[in-house]
Amino acid sequence: MARHGNAPGSKARAITLVGPATFWLIAFFLLPLVFVAVASFMSRGSGGAPVPPLTLDQYERTFTVFGPVIWRSIQVAFFTTVVSLLLGYPLAFFISRRRDPRVRLLLLFLVLLPFWTNFLVRTYALITLLQRDGLINGLLQSLGFIAEPLQMLFTSGAVLLGLVYGYLPFMILPIYASVERLDMRFVEAAHDLGANDWRAFWRVIFPLTLPGVVAGCILVFIPAIGAFVTPDLMGGTRGLMIGNLIQSQFGGRGNIPLGSAISMVLLVVVFLGVLVYTRWGQQEET
Amino acid sequence: MSVPGPGPGRPNRSGRPDRSGRPDRSGRAGAFEIDKGRLGRDMAVRKAGKVGLWLSPFLVYLFLWIPIVVLVVFSFNDGASVSVWNGFTTVWYENIFNNTITAGTEAARFQTGLLLAAVRNSLLVAGVATLVSTILGTMLALALARGRFFGRKTLDALFYLPVVIPDITQGVALAVFFNLVFEAVQRMLGVRLVPGFGTIIIAHIAFNISYVAIIVRARLATMDPTLEEAGRDLGANYQQTFWRITFPILMPGVLAGGLLAFTLSLDDFVITFFNAGVGTTTLPLFVYGMLKQRVPPEINAISALMIAASIVLVGLSLIMQRRGNRSGESSA
Repeated sequence: MARHGNAPGSKARAITLVGPATFWLIAFFLLPLVFVAVASFMSRGSGGAPVPPLTLDQYERTFTVFGPVIWRSIQVAFFTTVVSLLLGYPLAFFISRRRDPRVRLLLLFLVLLPFWTNFLVRTYALITLLQRDGLINGLLQSLGFIAEPLQMLFTSGAVLLGLVYGYLPFMILPIYASVERLDMRFVEAAHDLGANDWRAFWRVIFPLTLPGVVAGCILVFIPAIGAFVTPDLMGGTRGLMIGNLIQSQFGGRGNIPLGSAISMVLLVVVFLGVLVYTRWGQQEET
Repeated sequence: MSVPGPGPGRPNRSGRPDRSGRPDRSGRAGAFEIDKGRLGRDMAVRKAGKVGLWLSPFLVYLFLWIPIVVLVVFSFNDGASVSVWNGFTTVWYENIFNNTITAGTEAARFQTGLLLAAVRNSLLVAGVATLVSTILGTMLALALARGRFFGRKTLDALFYLPVVIPDITQGVALAVFFNLVFEAVQRMLGVRLVPGFGTIIIAHIAFNISYVAIIVRARLATMDPTLEEAGRDLGANYQQTFWRITFPILMPGVLAGGLLAFTLSLDDFVITFFNAGVGTTTLPLFVYGMLKQRVPPEINAISALMIAASIVLVGLSLIMQRRGNRSGESSA
């Protein structure tokens, strides 16, 4: 390593290696974001285009008109994260405690596979179960539990379910990684010192696997808060989220500065999440 | 304030039965009263935990799999319903493969043609984007892991950003960007550019580079640096060392990164949605369009085929990773 670093020409080589990817990320990722940031302070011109007079109007509108939707999106993303944690932690723990590595691999495969299936296909699969003439309503009706089909689709509950279904593996994988690293001798020590399973879990296991939990929560929260497809297909008008607001401003008769301002608010929420991650995650690493 | 150290004869304060199964030979056990109530509570906690730890994963697996299994089962349903079973058929699959609609209309035939075009578009976009992003991402990973240069830390942060920033933000930002660039080009050169394959592929490369770099870098971190040094000691120059030693060891990581990029590319809907043009409908865009308008009976079969394709992809990546781990162990 040291030899490479000091070898003549290695600096030029590093720049050659880094150059193309950096160019790509700056030109087609960072620069567009800067454009959006600038556009969010501009006024709406013809066709929704951003035009010069600088203003804070877009942010004012974002909070006054769309405040409730933004707040609801944060709540939905929060509950998605909580439900995913409650479902994902026991599963990750269960998988990592299997002794046979082949069983662990198989159980992980069974988590990964739905995850690698196209997101729209998974959403559609869920829709076919929940819709008015779907399987759940059909079963409940034929068993005589309900007379009329239940309205399950196009509710906030459906969006929550869809998001949990979509992002649960993001919760399971990091928790699995940290439970697998857990030294079970600590747990035995806790038992020897008189802790029962409940206490051993909350005092030893959970704190030691917290980095995985925090990572999982962030990995679920971020895509959930920016979700577009799930609320679009499963939420209807009552399940609108930030993503749908942004999309509607970039369509035909949209307002690009307003959409940009909403995007910036979304980015701030996401960065707050990342901040939580770096705070808590690093605390546990050292 | 000395705490009695753990010994073979030390009674268990929690009242938990000694797991080692050794008989208590100290003869002092009677001196400690076993708290029956606490023992009972602790055993109840353990029992509840055991039941919960089996039941909850079972239910989560059901939750993950029931929708998919139902979808695949009903792709063989003789009828358009997704809740009433009318008998077994493979007609929907035949329609897709033969492009000959036996029980459909002209509209259905049109759909099948569009579907095949969407599959071709998706493969084209994912193929090109994977190739470019795998090369650029691998180069980036090599430089970040080995090189020392100004701004490395900043670059490190920059290349994690596409992973955390919501895809809707990336999608609309690129759309605004392309719009402005296209306007500028038209004003200066008089050439009218429109979004299409170019914009989709550029966007996919932009979000794939980071994922490839992360995976390749993880592989580099586990690699033994003395191997490269040995190669150089034996007189190999930088190029020879790289192609004879570094690259072969890195290969499983590069392939895994490429496969992830390919999957992400095939799966992406949101970023493609904002940067697609006329005639560049990819498979997810096609599925979205069908869900938004009229759901044709073939959609279950299409979805089942997509699930099958992802099984093959996941299987391949697992095999590759295992092979990579094995070669990594033997070379370490």
